[in-house]
Amino acid sequence: MKKDIILAGVGGQGILSIAAIIGTAAIESGLHLKQAEVHGMSQRGGDVQSHLRISDKPIHSDLIPNGGADLIISVEPMESLRYIPYLSENGWLITNTKAFINIPNYPDYDELMKTIKSYPNHIALDADEIAKSIGSPRSMNMVVLGAASIFLDLSYEKLEEGIKIIFGRKGEKIVDANLKAIKAGKEFTEQNK
Amino acid sequence: MKKLLLLGNEAIGQGALDAGLSGAYGYPGTPSTEIIEYIQRNPEAKERDVHRTWSTNEKTAMESALGMSYVGKRTIVTMKHVGLNVAADAYMNSALTGANGGVIVAVADDPSMHSSQNEQDSRFYAKFALMPAFEPSDQQEAYDMPKLAYEISEKYHLPVMMRLTTRLAHSRAGVVINNVLEENIMHLPEIKDQFMLLPAFARKKYKHLIAVQKDLEMESENSPFNKYIEGIDKSLGIIACGLAYNYLMENYDKCNYPILKIGQYPLPRKQIQNIFNECDEILILEEGMPLVEEMLKGFLGDPKIHGRLDGTLDRDGELNPMKVRKALGLPKLYSKDIPELVSGRPPALCVGCPHTDSYKALTEAMKEYGKGHVFSDIGCYTLGYLSPHNAIDTCVDMGASISMAIGASDAGFFPAIATIGDSTFGHSGITGLLDAVTQKSNVVIVILDNDITAMTGMQDSQINGRIEQVCEGVGVEKEHIRIINPLSRYHEENVKVIKEEIAYNGVSVVIPRRPCIHVFAKKKR
Repeated sequence: MKKDIILAGVGGQGILSIAAIIGTAAIESGLHLKQAEVHGMSQRGGDVQSHLRISDKPIHSDLIPNGGADLIISVEPMESLRYIPYLSENGWLITNTKAFINIPNYPDYDELMKTIKSYPNHIALDADEIAKSIGSPRSMNMVVLGAASIFLDLSYEKLEEGIKIIFGRKGEKIVDANLKAIKAGKEFTEQNK
Repeated sequence: MKKLLLLGNEAIGQGALDAGLSGAYGYPGTPSTEIIEYIQRNPEAKERDVHRTWSTNEKTAMESALGMSYVGKRTIVTMKHVGLNVAADAYMNSALTGANGGVIVAVADDPSMHSSQNEQDSRFYAKFALMPAFEPSDQQEAYDMPKLAYEISEKYHLPVMMRLTTRLAHSRAGVVINNVLEENIMHLPEIKDQFMLLPAFARKKYKHLIAVQKDLEMESENSPFNKYIEGIDKSLGIIACGLAYNYLMENYDKCNYPILKIGQYPLPRKQIQNIFNECDEILILEEGMPLVEEMLKGFLGDPKIHGRLDGTLDRDGELNPMKVRKALGLPKLYSKDIPELVSGRPPALCVGCPHTDSYKALTEAMKEYGKGHVFSDIGCYTLGYLSPHNAIDTCVDMGASISMAIGASDAGFFPAIATIGDSTFGHSGITGLLDAVTQKSNVVIVILDNDITAMTGMQDSQINGRIEQVCEGVGVEKEHIRIINPLSRYHEENVKVIKEEIAYNGVSVVIPRRPCIHVFAKKKR
């Protein structure tokens, strides 16, 4: 078993929480893991990415090679495309469709969506809207994780366990909101795959 | 078997703690910051009361670590590569005083300059100082190395360097944890003059340092972190330093070329000689600058040595699996280009950041003088160079804003403005301010006080709460230390204050004071 995953977004959007939950679930499943993340200057509103590698065999590189990623999981639509060189031929692109616009030259939204939909293996969902509709507007990142969950080859229960471990110290309410969010994302993919 | 999921930096912190650490020193700097942060929040470090507060700068950190070593305790001092320049005086001399309790100088380099002003390679400093160095290839080695590093440090009475680079510093993996060693008992150096560098003593110590080099080389020959891996195809031999080994192995299920994996310096001469004799060509993979390559290639350039110097690999920038693949002559992998419509998204000041309002006021106050007057410094506020702020003109090194403004003013340039953050001012700004006061420079120094070391992720600033007292103590006139509140509703007032201080012929300090929005959010929670 091997899953190479690029997590993408803008600094502050919560991709490291997604990484932490998948990572915890992978470790709890007895798998090897390497996860490279971005700290420092780029975290201030710039593009950020994390290379997350899970395998049942030891992993060498902390970085995923070009064309090696099984999944790109992005919390922002334009950011999902920045890492296309990493996506493998049969890889899946899973992205939030809600644009985060903090630059003057953000591309035309319709063109952006057209480009995303030109990849045959894609899941595009308005995770911000879904998070709002279930009453946990701050759990957008967990909705995206839920949408990606069926591609991870990790048991859904382990992911739930990961959420309980990572958000546990923030209290039961936050854990529940995130559990609801991951479930909503998963249901979206099951209905729209 | 206990296994923890740790960043490379955290693995060093845990490794040092488990090897009997008594005190950690450092100044925050990407990509080194998480070593101390990890030790700071570690429950066992709390229980053992391991020293773990930030220092004012890397030099004071290095010297404090030497003091802890002097009394026989194990210590670690952490910094980013350019921080070692600040600590260099103490660092270079520490190779002569040596260590009593073990000293690890952990330096994190930033090839590709993700968050830095240059990509200098700290292994040159280790070689320069004739100090042993360790370079982990993965998180497990980052954890395992401190133990051996302390043993070597205490065996040869020498500080040792641990060098790592951004990718390992900020990458997580499972790490198997060992038993915990007891901390050293306090004891003074056996040799009374060990830390006495009067020239007569220093000359002896330098001769000794040179003499032990062959022993250090022997340690490297026998090190578990230097490995000769046999291969049947001798047309190429590969020397892979630190992390580069992983990028090599990523490209093979099994590599048929002989490999020399390097994790401990000075270089193991016999093993290098061996791969050199055995193979037709040599490829050197090292993260950062071509240190090993240059040593082997020599000034006249042995044509059998390949790497960054002959273009087999890029001369600059971080390595990755693709660059190494190309250097190995392997076919290109499937990969699609980035769609053209994707635009760049550079980092920016956060929405609501106090620096934005400070820069707005400063820029307006400076309008009549044109561009090019604002010397700045290292921190979040360096982003004020970018649109829409376009507020500053220089960024060189910690503290340079003040001293450069002085120099420009000395040349008759008016107005000369410096902008510097609170933590950077504490780190290296006070000495420049003293120069300004002593020679009555006509400068305005804007100390952007956001209550924290923000860029590196919210570490305490040593000067917190004492900035105006320090300025006054250094000799700035009280009526020219002006505190303003950088909020848009005080904009007109703030512009007026800055204009008044530009008009004053002498040293002025303006302190826009408002907490970083992240500090504010945290306190509210």
